[in-house]
This record gives sequence, C-alpha cells and structure tokens, in this order.
Amino acid sequence: MSALVNVVRSMFLTELLSGMALTFRYMFRERKTLNYPHEKGSLSPRFRGEHALRRYPNGEERCIACKLCEAVCPALAITIESEPRDDGSRRTTRYDIDMTKCIYCGLCQEACPVDAIVEGPNFEFATETREELYYDKNKLLANGDRWEAEIAANLAADAKYR
Amino acid sequence: MAEFWDGYALPGLWIAAKIGALLIPLLLSVAYLTWFERKVMAAMQLRMGPNVVGPWGLWQPFADALKMVVKETIIPTKANPGLFLLAPMLTFMLALIAWAVMPVGDGLVISNVNVGVLYLFAISSLGVYGIVIAGWASNSRYAFLGALRSAAQMVSYEVSMGFVIICVLLCVGSLNLSDIVRAQETVWFVFPLLPMAVVFFISTLAETNRHPFDLPEAESELVAGHLVEYSAMTFGLFFLGEYANMILMSGMTTILFLGGWLPPIDIAPLNWIPGPIWFVLKISALLFVFVWVRATFPRYRYDQLMRLGWKVFLPLSLFWVVLTAGVLVAFGWAPGAEG
Amino acid sequence: MLIQFIVFYVFAAVVVGSAFMVIAARNPVHSVLFLILSFFNAAGLFVLAGAEFLAMTLVIVYVGAVAVLFLFVVMMLDINFVRLRQGFMQYLPLGAMLGAILLVELLLVVGAFVVSPEVDTLAAPMPPVEQQSNTHALGQLLYTRYMYLFQASGMILLVAMIGAIVLTFRVRTGVRRQSIRAQVARTRADAVELKKVVSGAGISGSL
Repeated sequence: MSALVNVVRSMFLTELLSGMALTFRYMFRERKTLNYPHEKGSLSPRFRGEHALRRYPNGEERCIACKLCEAVCPALAITIESEPRDDGSRRTTRYDIDMTKCIYCGLCQEACPVDAIVEGPNFEFATETREELYYDKNKLLANGDRWEAEIAANLAADAKYR
Repeated sequence: MAEFWDGYALPGLWIAAKIGALLIPLLLSVAYLTWFERKVMAAMQLRMGPNVVGPWGLWQPFADALKMVVKETIIPTKANPGLFLLAPMLTFMLALIAWAVMPVGDGLVISNVNVGVLYLFAISSLGVYGIVIAGWASNSRYAFLGALRSAAQMVSYEVSMGFVIICVLLCVGSLNLSDIVRAQETVWFVFPLLPMAVVFFISTLAETNRHPFDLPEAESELVAGHLVEYSAMTFGLFFLGEYANMILMSGMTTILFLGGWLPPIDIAPLNWIPGPIWFVLKISALLFVFVWVRATFPRYRYDQLMRLGWKVFLPLSLFWVVLTAGVLVAFGWAPGAEG
Repeated sequence: MLIQFIVFYVFAAVVVGSAFMVIAARNPVHSVLFLILSFFNAAGLFVLAGAEFLAMTLVIVYVGAVAVLFLFVVMMLDINFVRLRQGFMQYLPLGAMLGAILLVELLLVVGAFVVSPEVDTLAAPMPPVEQQSNTHALGQLLYTRYMYLFQASGMILLVAMIGAIVLTFRVRTGVRRQSIRAQVARTRADAVELKKVVSGAGISGSL
C-alpha cells in the first residue's frame, strides 16, 4: 500500500510542488537584507575599524612615542620616529600606519599606555589609490578629531570589562 | 512608379511597421524580464533585488545595457573570429524571427502560415547552433564542454517536445497556430492533456537551458560554459537571446495549452479584456514559473538529465500520443474525421 | 513575380555555392556549417515552391537534429590533414574512375527520364491549393497510396535503430548503479531509529 502511495506521489510530482509552495510562501516574508548605505547594522563598542590618534581635551596629543604599538604590531604596519619637543616632552615626528598591511588585530590599542592609538568605529574608508591608504600622523590625528565623540563613548562603554 | 509604390513599397513598409510593433515591446519585455527575475528571486531568498537605479530599480535593465554596450569586446587570439561573432548574432536572431508566426490576438499575427507549429519547432531546434558554434569557436575547454552538453541536451528534449506537439495537433487537426488557439474555445488543452503540458513545460526549461537544466552554463563546474570567452555586447546578445527564448517558449506553451489570446471563460467581464492582454498575462504567468523553478530547484546532474529525457519523458509522451489518438478515434472526436 | 525570381536565384546560388564549399572548405567544422547553410536554403526553395511542410520538416530533421550530430562528431575529431593528404595521388586513379562512372550513370538517367504519359490518371485528383494545405495533401497521399512503403521505411529505421543499440550495448558487471526508485522510496522510518539510551549502557546493550 505504501509503495502504491509512493508511486502516486512521484507521479503527481508532490515533492516538486511542495518545494515550490515553500519558495512561494517565502516570497511574501519580510526581507532580511539591510539596505546598506541607508541602513547599517549595529557595531560593538569593541569594533576595530579605522585607526585614529586621540588628543587630550586641551588639544595636546596623547601619543608619547613609547613605540609599544610599533613593537607589538604583528604586521609591521606602524613606523614611528621621535624627537624631544622644544618643551622637553617626548613626541613623535612621524607616525605612519600602512593600512594595506594592517590586519586590524587591535594589539596597538591594547599596548598603548595612554589610549592614544585606537581603532575607531569607522569602516568606510575605501580609497581609489593605494597611496591614500598609507596614513601619516596628520591623517591619524584628523581621524581622532573627527571620531572623538564615538571613540570616547566606545571606550567608556568597554572600560568596565578591562 | 505607381506600380512600384503600391506593389512593393507600401506593403514592405506595412510589414516593417508590424515587425516594429511586435519587436519593440518584445525587446522591452526581454529587458524587464531580467529585472523581474532578479526581483522575484530576491523576494524568494528574502533579499531586496535591484533597488538603486530608479524607483524600485526600474532603470536597472538600461544601466546593464549601457554597461554592456560600452565595455570592450574581447576576441581571444586562438578563437575563430568569424564564427565567434556569428554565434551570438545567430542566437539573438533566432530568438526574434520565431515571433513572425506567433498570433498575439485574433488575427494579430505577422505571417499566418499554415505550418506555424513546425516553424516554431524548427526555429527552437536551431537554437542549439548558437551555443555549439560559440563553444567550438571560443577554443576553450569549458566552452567546448558546455557546447557538447547543450547539443546532447537540446536534441534529447526536442524528441519528447515533438511528441507533445503531436498530441496537441491530433486534437486540433491543423498546424496553424491561430487554428490551434481557436480549437481551445471550449476547453484549454491544459486540462485534458495535463501530463503533456507538464512534460512540455519541463522540456522548454531544458530547451532554453534554464534552471534546473542549465548544465551548458553551469557556473560551479563549467564556469559559464559557452559564455566563458564572451564579453560586452557579444555576451549581451547571448543573454538577450536566452531571455527572448524564454518568452518565446512561454508563448508557445500558451498557444498550445493555455488557449493563446482566449479568456479563461467566455463570460462578460472577462471577454471585455482584449485578446493580446490575455496573451501577455498568460506569458507573464509562465515566465513567473520559469523564475520560480529557478529559485526552487538545484541543478540536475547530467546523467539524471539524460535519464529524465530519454527514459521518462520519451516513453510517457509516446504513450500519450497513442492514447490521445485512440481516444479521439474511439469517440469520433478526431478533427476532420468526416472529411 | 520579379521578387520571386530574385529570391529563387539567391537561394539557388547559395545552395550551390555552399554545397561546393562543403567539399572545398579546409576545416571540417566549416564544411558542416556550410552543409547546414545549404540545407537551410534548400528549405527556402521549398517554401518558394509552396511546399512549406517539406521545408519545415527539412529544417527540423536535417538542420535541427542530423546536422547537430554531425557537428557534434566532427567537432570532437582531431583531423590531421597532412596524414589525410598522404596517398592522395595513389588513390586518385581509382577515385577518378568511380567519379566518372557515377557521372555517366547520372547523365544516362537524366537523359532517359520522361514523365510517364499516364501520370495524370495515376495521381489522385488534386484539389485547388486554396482548399487544401500541403500538409493534408501529403498526409492523404502518404497514408493511402504509399501506406506500405511508408510503413516499410519506418520498419527499416526501427531495425537500424535496434541494430545500433545492440551493437553498442554492453552489460558491464561490477558496476554500482544509482537506483533512483529505491532512493525516492526511502522514508524517514527506514533510515532513522530513535532509541532511549540508558546512561553508560551504550546502544549495543539495548539491541
């Protein structure tokens, strides 16, 4: 009897029809896609995006040229040169990140004793040439100024887990 | 001069106008079929589909066309350039010339030939040449394998398609497409010949190399089969030809089984709608099924495809030819039996 | 009428020209493609003569099926022309002789051909073209007057087909084949069994 039922089922293509019924039902379901440039997914406070060099509220740059980030960087993407400034404090004269080498591991921001180098929430920094991805100190400081509010909020949100 | 004007020029212009009136909507619908397919597939896969170019992505086909026109046509060095360029043109042209005999409405047909079905069948059987020539002329292994698959596949499925057409012809008694539609005034052939309609539709999927029978251009194993060396407008012609073929096959199914331009029932609100609109509606429904099937089923394996064609469809359609003929003769329903 | 003449001569010229190219083309694939062109234009001539059924059958059968298989085979051949040319001179006298004999025979046949005087009485009365399509006319002739010949040709084709199958069919032992019926008939009950397993006892204990 069940063999007969099977024959009838395969004659009437029930499996194909049930499959098609499923796709048809799905057609009226809610779309799962985010309409990306207009809608964006939420990011964790720990998200590691584009790098930025932060400043103190009085405008002084945080980085003290300790070169810990340069030492820890597994991709050797960071290059730092430093000299004492006129007021005697130790500052970088050059702080370059080769963004084409960076693997976004976040070790630089872990190593930084003064929270100067951080990976901000920005991930939309695609460029048309490679040269634009060789970030220098000015670019990094500008990033820091631009994203300071978001970066500070993310650091505050994550601080209690550190 | 007057004789030339009345005898040749005016009829020629009239024919050209008719061809234009058919082809321009056809090409537009080919363009929008791609949009429709992407939207429906997207909906079934819970995606958005094209939505950036124009409202609901409606200008997307034109953006695609523009892209194809401005890109560079690359002819591989080892290809056979003449045949390489002939293949896409052939595919596209064959998809268009078949429409010459397609009756869009009662009497609305460019050429009402007596052997319309055979003409359609012949043209659709020629479609394989575009692919085979493309595969051979590209001088590429993937393309060649795709061409071989397509040749075997299309020849196999044509056989059972032919028998299905014979079933319909037995019920009609004429090879004229308009007569076939008129014979369905009482009942559409899809009801008495339902299994044949299903076989025919599945065969048209194989004939147009559509999913789940798209083995000639299976992207996961043959990269893109016969299309692999084509770029820009040569690719575009293949693409347009394939979609025009889908519309053509839907039209053929509509005429053979779904009563062409006839309304479902001949009652007041339904038969106010003009015939061509019914025809277009039925074709659209079938095209939706084409897309629906693509979104639902995985690709057939090649030996299963051959098995289905030769061991399932061929005996089934052969049996139905005999059955149809037997029933028609036994009940005296055969058309032209008295004559 | 003028247009008919022009069309006829165009079709006829293409048929003859492409038929010549079939034997003249160096590439066998080009030969087959010229053969297809020739078939196609012959179909055009049929249409011009009012035999649209024959034209379409020619296209479907020869162009749509036979020539595809030709092309299929020829494309896969790797023809070495140098080797083909070897011994060409050696076989030339024999070939030329065969060709000459065939030519003479053809000339004899054509020269001696006369339309039978009683052809008008033999042929079924032809209704006017307007009343009957040539599909009907062909069918009526084929299934009445030439019924036996028609069936005989069908039988010959059947025998040829069976012969081809028998020649190429071989039963191979030890080949594992997919049984689609068995796969489709398989149900959840055949494949899965749920067991309550006591901790530490294992399934073998309960079997």
